[in-house]
This record gives sequence, C-alpha cells and structure tokens, in this order.
Amino acid sequence: MNLFTPLSWSDTGFILTGILNTVFISVVAIIVGTLLGVVIGFVRAESSKSVNIILGAFLDILRSVPLIIQLILFSTFIGAVGYPLDPFVAGSIILSLYTMAFMGEVFRSGFNSVPTSMIKASRSLGMSYWQTVRYVRIPIGMRAVFTSWLGVALSVIKDSALVSVIGYMELLRTAEQLISRTQQPVMILIGVGLFYFMISYPLSLYGKHVERKMAI
Amino acid sequence: MDNYEFHWNVVFNAFPQLLNGAFTTIHVSVLSMLAGIVIAVFLALGKMSSSKVLYHIANAWIEIARNTPALFQIYMAYFGLGAYGIHLSPYFAVFSALVFINAGYLAETFRGGFQSIPKTQYSAAKSLGMNSFKVYRYVLLPQMFRRIYHPMTNQFVWSILMSSLGILVGMNELSGETQRLQSSSFRTLEFFIVAAVMYFVITKLVLLASNLISKKVFKGELS
Repeated sequence: MNLFTPLSWSDTGFILTGILNTVFISVVAIIVGTLLGVVIGFVRAESSKSVNIILGAFLDILRSVPLIIQLILFSTFIGAVGYPLDPFVAGSIILSLYTMAFMGEVFRSGFNSVPTSMIKASRSLGMSYWQTVRYVRIPIGMRAVFTSWLGVALSVIKDSALVSVIGYMELLRTAEQLISRTQQPVMILIGVGLFYFMISYPLSLYGKHVERKMAI
Repeated sequence: MDNYEFHWNVVFNAFPQLLNGAFTTIHVSVLSMLAGIVIAVFLALGKMSSSKVLYHIANAWIEIARNTPALFQIYMAYFGLGAYGIHLSPYFAVFSALVFINAGYLAETFRGGFQSIPKTQYSAAKSLGMNSFKVYRYVLLPQMFRRIYHPMTNQFVWSILMSSLGILVGMNELSGETQRLQSSSFRTLEFFIVAAVMYFVITKLVLLASNLISKKVFKGELS
C-alpha cells in the first residue's frame, strides 16, 4: 500500500486557506502594530527621559527576544493560567506587539524629523496642540518614514511564518503537512517561496521607487 | 496563575546544558556572519559590475534572500536538499540559511555604503599623488566602514535571534536545547523564560560591545 499520495488539484483549497491565513494574520498584525506604533512613537517623542527609559526597556524586551520564543512563552502562559486562546488570536497578539515594538521606533524618528520651527509656526497660526499633531506632525512625520514603515511591514509578512509553531495553519505549516503527505518537499517549498517573493518583491521595489523619488 | 507552580530547580540543574546551547547559538551566528560578510563583498561587487551575468546572479541572490522568510530558507536547506539525497545536519542547515540571508542583506548594506561616498573623493585623492591602494586604504574604506558599522551590528543581532529557528529542525542551539530539556521535564514556562532572558542578555552584551568598539575605533565620529 502506498502511504504517500502525490500533490493533486484537490489540495488547492487547502493551500488557498494557508495563503489566506498568512495574509490575514499579517494584515492584522501590520494594522494593529502600526496604530499602536504611532501612539508609542508619539509618546516617546513627547515624553521625558524617565518615561522613555521605562517604555524603551519594555520595547527592548520585545525586540531582543526571538519571536519564536515569545510565541511559545505566550501560548504556554495562557494555557497555564487557564485561558487557552485560539492560535490565531494568540499569534495575532504577539505578532502585533512585536510589530508595535519596531513601528514605535520608526514613528518616533518620524515625529522627531518634524522641525520644531514648523510646530511653533503652526501654533502661532492659532492651531491648538492637537490640531498641530493632526494636521502637521502626523502627515509630515509619517511621510518621512514611509519606506522604513514598509520595511517593517515586509518583515512582518515574512515573520508571520513563525506563528506556525503555535499551531496556526498559515502557508508554511500547510506546506509542511502537504510535504509529509506527498514527500515532494522541493516542489511545494519552491511554491511557498514564490508566493512570499511575489508579495514582498514588488512592495520592496515600490519602496525603493518612493525612496528615490523623495531623495532630493 | 493559581494552579501553576513554578519549579526553578529543574532549570537550575540544567543550566550547564542551556549555557552549552547559548554557546552554539553564538557559534552559529558568528560563523554565519563571517561567511556572510565574505560572500556579501562579492555580491556587492557583482551588483556593481558591468557584466550582465554577474549582475543578475548577485541580484537574484540578494532579492531571494531579502524577500523570503528565514524559516523557508531553513526548510529549503533541511528538507529541500534532503530530497536530493544531500542530508545536512540541523546545525549546517541553519548555518547555510543564515549565511544565505546575511550575505543578501549585507551586500545591499555594503553597496549602499560604497555608493554613498562621492566619486570625486577618489579623483581628489589620486590627484594628491596617492595610488589606488592608498586611496582605498586611507580615504574610501575608513568612511565606508563607518557607514556600514551599525547596519552590520544589527545584522549580527538579527542572526542571533533568527538562529532560534533551529528549534524547528532539532538543532541544539539555545532554543532547541530549551525545547529538548522542557519536553523531558514539562517545565515549559520556566525553561522558556530562562531562554528568553538569556537571549536578551546575549543581544544586550553584543550591542554593548559594539558601542564600546565603535567608541574606541571611530572616536565618536560615527556618521
């Protein structure tokens, strides 16, 4: 009896689910991470040294512990506490926090890149503090760091592959299961690699294009 | 947290093994970084060369390394090559994947560093009577090194963190060792907390060392 069955068209749905799951968790992490990152970046650009040290230390932990360890720790922890979460939810939480840690740095330098004179000018035009933030600092600061933002977003798409360790059926885990059934690792892996490449490469080209356009 | 009791003794007893794992982590990151630097120099030269063939080879390497997940590269080295009868050990699979990626990223760093120096400096130094070797040795390379120093440090830290993917192919670096130890004792949380702290300490020490070296070598003139 043959235990292994080759790849067939009926696997399309399975692969498609994997692809959608990868896209889904990446998009969630990028959106949540960006929103939290803007807040963190703003707080860090605005606050005193002592607040910055505490906040910085917390973000430092997120950036200096491997993502895979964070995922395992978190999913074990919530299991031990007695509130096991769905792998998607647990994965999104950690991936979003991880993204936030990097986005915070990106946006902090964005906010810092807005010249003080410009902020003073808008204040003297009668804008309130929050109007300055809304109409001057966010639009100008964010634009300055667009390419860095894109870089972080691309690395999140690639890092989302690690969520497979806590059991989320994203593309690479789907591929792994297909490999163990079909024993055709090369073909399947190349397909997976191509998928990531096709998402990541055009975006990175676009980033380079924007960078060139913004360079004076 | 009421029904979970921490037992740190098990972890304490296994600490020598964890240190061994940490040593392997550093080992694989340092070696993959060194090999990556050497290959990256050639890739950067290839990307700047006028030969179309060399350009495309270098470009393909760089773009594949930068646009696919590290885990994919490791699987490719471990399972992919395995299908052709080339069975790499987990250590070597992770090592080659890290070298592949480091080379791709560093090549772009080197190229950027090289191209950021105005071409006029070369002619200026030449007109002062320096030969090509001296121009590179005293004018161009010192400036270039300053510019690529921080990105290189970041790449090294990235290698340390990404070597943790060895856990998925059964390598015995820090995460793999942690995984093995926790599976025989079931003290998952304790072991992974200690591993996380160890990674944190390792990366902090690397950054600290890097700052000290940069102060000593560049004397605060880091661009």
